[in-house]
Amino acid sequence: MIENIDLSLVDWSRAQFALTAIYHWLFVPLTLGLSFILAIMETIYVRTGKEEWKRITQFWMTLFGINFAIGIATGIILEFEFGTNWSNYSWFVGDIFGAPLAMEAILAFFLESTFVAVMFFGWNKVSKKYHMVSTWLVAIGASLSALWILVANAWMQNPVGMMFNPDTARNEMVNFWAILFNQVAVDKFLHTISSGFLLASMFVLGISAWFLLRKREDLLAKRSILVAGVFGLLSSLLVAFTGDGSARRVSKVQPVKFASMEALYEGKNNAGLIAFGILKDTNKKIGEKSVKEFAFKIEIPGLLSVLTGGDKDAYVQGLADHMFGNEKLGIISVPDKIQRGIVARDALTSYKRAKLINDTAQIEALKGVFNDKDFHDKYFRYFGYASINKPEDVIPDVTISFYSFHFMVILGFLFIMIFSAALYLLFRGTIADKRWFLWIALLSIPLPYVAGELGWILTEVGRQPWIIQDMMTVSKAVSQISTGSVITTFILFAVLFTGLLISEISIMVKQIKTGPKH
Amino acid sequence: MRPHFSILYRLFNFYYDGFRNISDWGRKVWIIIIIKLFIMFVILRIFFFQDFLHKNYANDKQRSEHVMDQLINSSDKHD
Repeated sequence: MIENIDLSLVDWSRAQFALTAIYHWLFVPLTLGLSFILAIMETIYVRTGKEEWKRITQFWMTLFGINFAIGIATGIILEFEFGTNWSNYSWFVGDIFGAPLAMEAILAFFLESTFVAVMFFGWNKVSKKYHMVSTWLVAIGASLSALWILVANAWMQNPVGMMFNPDTARNEMVNFWAILFNQVAVDKFLHTISSGFLLASMFVLGISAWFLLRKREDLLAKRSILVAGVFGLLSSLLVAFTGDGSARRVSKVQPVKFASMEALYEGKNNAGLIAFGILKDTNKKIGEKSVKEFAFKIEIPGLLSVLTGGDKDAYVQGLADHMFGNEKLGIISVPDKIQRGIVARDALTSYKRAKLINDTAQIEALKGVFNDKDFHDKYFRYFGYASINKPEDVIPDVTISFYSFHFMVILGFLFIMIFSAALYLLFRGTIADKRWFLWIALLSIPLPYVAGELGWILTEVGRQPWIIQDMMTVSKAVSQISTGSVITTFILFAVLFTGLLISEISIMVKQIKTGPKH
Repeated sequence: MRPHFSILYRLFNFYYDGFRNISDWGRKVWIIIIIKLFIMFVILRIFFFQDFLHKNYANDKQRSEHVMDQLINSSDKHD
């Protein structure tokens, strides 16, 4: 029974998923971004016919190949975990999660795998144009396969396009397009792939800076900085633009997460945007939960209201609005949502009982209830609240949400400055002499990885305690397996992924030191 | 040679040549890929990651009943 479930099982299962997802995301964004950089470089080669661009493309293609090969299939481990550690969740989401993941697998396998072979084996065997098209198809295929994963994740943040089937205890897809064009999915896809483009641009810029610092491969480095600088600057602007859109969307569909990432406890008009702040322990409480307040903050007055509501007098909802409700704004309190969740759960219990005693009239009546959109919108969408003990349990970790969001944003602005500076110095012809900048570029290579991981931490920690927003808690989703087996596989994964990462870095460093073929 | 055999032969040759002339780094990453896939699909999948519902319940009816019980029974425990 779930009453007896070991809390450490939930926490270890969470930790295991977080570990594998974080490691997986170390490989993916470079593949997403570097594939497009390769396609751009090869297009320049095909259009100009200059051999130097072929050499440049082949050099970066080597690094792409190492990352692609070592990162390949690391995402499958996440799918293993769904079946073993998160079986209740996997069953409950039904084909909504299965269909996008199957599309991802088909696209990843057929498009990427086929044309990756042409990319690496096809030089001088297929025509220049065919080879270039293959490189573009690998880039597009990588982004398309990411699309389906992100569609699945977006559904967990904003479940749409489904109805619950009480016979099977599964959600069934009723509107594929609503799931695909879920606004959270669109924002998430654009923000995620552009962050991958940015990361790869910083990777190319940093390694090119290293060549200039070592006074090697001057032409390759400068040409690469040109492509990475332009692509990186455009990508970092796109990241900022899509990030703004994504935050705006979160304020509408996950307002508790939004209030947490802004550490906004009481809603207000003319709300300021916290550019940066430090949180400290205080006696402040929301319900029974202690929360931290600002020891220090840099605030831009009214900007949060403008960004979320288009007007500096717009009201921005705080955590208290959601805990206690706000009748004027039509916000339902958490205790009220708990009651609605209990109504939905009781309907499901009655349905199960009716089936046991074969009460056909009751079965038909309750089937009608579950197929009723009004029941779904008013009650079943709050199904997860039935398992919430205390209203405060729906508040995520404000400290982690706040810092991960703000450090990510700060890094985002830093990247715009770095790419702008790289292009400025390149066009002035002084980049090779500015060793301080070359060091900054080189040392900045890990920063987009940090920003990307912070983004995912915000996404996932900020929506706790939910695995499916408002419908299923993480605790309900977990399988009743032994904690010991989860700890064992956690350690196995930590060893396996660390080994893969060390292999990748060492093979890559060796290839970078070797440099391009002459 | 018939056209479809010719295409298959050329395809085979394409991959054969590619793998035969693979670079030093390519050889290393292929070894890593094979080891990784072995660990994932043979060790992890078979010994550690069996599908919980398929392993413990014989059919979909039993699986859905199990999940239904999980959904309707009790509340969560939180830190």
